[in-house]
Amino acid sequence: MVTESYDLVVVGAGPAGLAGAGAAGQLGLRVALLDMAERIGGQFYRQPAAALGATRPQALHHDWDAFVALRGRLAAGRVEHLGRHHVWAVERDGDGGRGGPGERPGGRRGDGEWVVHAVVGEDGGEGGEGGGEGRRAVRVRARAVLLATGAYERQLPFPGWTLPGVVGAGGAQAMLKGGLVRPGKRVVVAGSGPLLLAVASSLASAGVEVPAVIEASGYLGYARHPRALAANPRKLAEGLTHGAALLRHRIPLRTRSAVTEAYGSERVEAVTVSRLDARWRPVPGSGRRIACDALAVGHGLVPGIELATTLGCATRSTADNTLALRLSSTQETSVRGIWAAGEVGGVAGAQLACAEGELAALAIAARLTKPGPYAGPDPRRPSGLDPGRPARVGQLLSRRARLRAFAEAMAAAHAPGPGWTDWLSDDTEVCRCEEVTAGRIRAAVTDEGARDARTVKLFTRAGMGWCQGRMCGAAVSCLAGDGQPPAQRRPLAVPVTLGALAAEGPGCGQEPSRSQT
Amino acid sequence: MSRRQRWSGREARVDGAARTPGELAGARPGPAFEITVDGRALPALPGQTVAAALWAAGILAWRTTRAGGKPRGVFCGIGQCFDCLVTVNGVANRRACLVGVRPGDAIGTQEGEGRGELAV
Ligand SMILES: Cc1cc2nc3c(=O)[nH]c(=O)nc-3n(C[C@H](O)[C@H](O)[C@H](O)COP(=O)(O)OP(=O)(O)OC[C@H]3O[C@@H](n4cnc5c(N)ncnc54)[C@H](O)[C@@H]3O)c2cc1C
Ligand code: FES
Repeated sequence: MVTESYDLVVVGAGPAGLAGAGAAGQLGLRVALLDMAERIGGQFYRQPAAALGATRPQALHHDWDAFVALRGRLAAGRVEHLGRHHVWAVERDGDGGRGGPGERPGGRRGDGEWVVHAVVGEDGGEGGEGGGEGRRAVRVRARAVLLATGAYERQLPFPGWTLPGVVGAGGAQAMLKGGLVRPGKRVVVAGSGPLLLAVASSLASAGVEVPAVIEASGYLGYARHPRALAANPRKLAEGLTHGAALLRHRIPLRTRSAVTEAYGSERVEAVTVSRLDARWRPVPGSGRRIACDALAVGHGLVPGIELATTLGCATRSTADNTLALRLSSTQETSVRGIWAAGEVGGVAGAQLACAEGELAALAIAARLTKPGPYAGPDPRRPSGLDPGRPARVGQLLSRRARLRAFAEAMAAAHAPGPGWTDWLSDDTEVCRCEEVTAGRIRAAVTDEGARDARTVKLFTRAGMGWCQGRMCGAAVSCLAGDGQPPAQRRPLAVPVTLGALAAEGPGCGQEPSRSQT
Repeated sequence: MSRRQRWSGREARVDGAARTPGELAGARPGPAFEITVDGRALPALPGQTVAAALWAAGILAWRTTRAGGKPRGVFCGIGQCFDCLVTVNGVANRRACLVGVRPGDAIGTQEGEGRGELAV
């Protein structure tokens, strides 16, 4: 068995991972870039499959030039891109890994500090392509790991949200960018956060009628952070671009409102939009129906940090009640040798992800090449950053500070109000996987004394299904009264078949496959 | 560059909004092929996921839940929610939003227990 060894393994090929891998490669590190998707790009730069033959992929994107530059740096840095690699654990080499699967007899030691475990295949291995490929498990060794696994959407359930045709707002965007398809012809976009504007403008430019964008917060919230706004003209311009697109397509934006119910027999046929008070409680009698054949909905994003929390990395709460990784000034987590960049450190968008990825790469190169040309801490800069390129480091640090401030303002402006639970009826399913209703969860809290999401999960199975609580976690925590989903420590960050685990045993690991970028 | 764009044989407008996502991206996929969904023949394009091929055919649901028997399809679109599970060539529990279609694939809607051997 051969396990490849690298200086740096980057998990996630979105903006953060691309910037990190490219910069590290150019600094001379041997880098592998793993992503479950076949193609690089992550959410922001998600591209149609090559076989779809998109001659104008840039039409689906802002900032395509930046992506072309990132792609060029990957090639220049000779980064090994390993697509269709679903990483399910990272563990310390040889120590059994806290929460990791443990050392196997016969496992090799000494090549690097970390072992990254992945299953290879389109969806991580349920038979796959003729039955063979799906069972492939690989291990990759690294001296340092950069986690850039991005985010997923936060969902707040409402009656009817399990009807076919109700899809995540980011999900609709992903299906559009990746598969060039749309969920319907008349699609209401609802929830909260700036992603809604991007989704509505993409859908409209792809021929979808968008009768309204429904935003639960107001955009006035941003005005409370004048300095963050003034320092980020590019972010404002981005907002204006989407705003202009809405105007051009004559799409009304209704703030302080929410979709409080979706109707339909086989699929969604209409939604009710209600006005919200300051606490996000629906204003009685304000409901108004909008006919549609699909609804794209999401209430902001949640950092996808399971790999890190399983390793014991420390977290922090964000202004909109999500858990993000707590990072040092050089993007290192509380576990030495594990770095992170992008949405995992707090949702803040693609530009910040790029800046953080590059900063992390500089810091990792400084650490790994010690006592080489980058050695020696500089008192004027956070220790560990490459003092050979002070101008670049300074630029990245100030960009990061500016964009983080904007992100905090954004998170505060779109934080869900506590009154949203008023739009749940007792028979609304909250956990989609285990089909657990709001009524059942409320009973666990009021009658059985559950006080947090963990206990609710034990009593009701909410959050125990296939998605591991990613879809219902935020909602269950609110209903349980603890406001925030607990940090997850999972042996497997992605579901893995028993076959794949067995295949990981001594002597069975395989060479990572190389797929094209 | 040609001002005519192809997408499933239709001509595009190059000014203003496109009529379809494929038109917007100037997609020129290879020739369509056939797959079956519960025995019914459907066209699919190379490069599409199972979910994209089904959406393109106007199909939004292809699984029923274990307890309530309710219809489900794509929800998160990025491989995280497992609502889109589907049977492909006899193998259950595949995520339709991640798995690509191939000529002749037999797609089966999935009823009830789909947990199979996932070691979640
Ligand atoms: C569904 C969705 C759609 C979005 N669409 C837009 C948009 O259109 N415009 C916009 O401005 N912002 C969008 N965003 C916001 C997006 O988070 C940021 O714009 C940006 O992409 C963040 O960059 P990142 O590098 O931190 O993460 P991402 O771009 O999310 O990249 C993370 C990458 O990590 C991979 N990954 C995660 N876990 C694993 C694992 N266990 N094993 C292997 N690979 C893994 C993912 O496949 C992904 O490619 C979207 C977010 C979501 C969730
Ligand atoms: S749609 Fe969520 S996993 Fe496929």
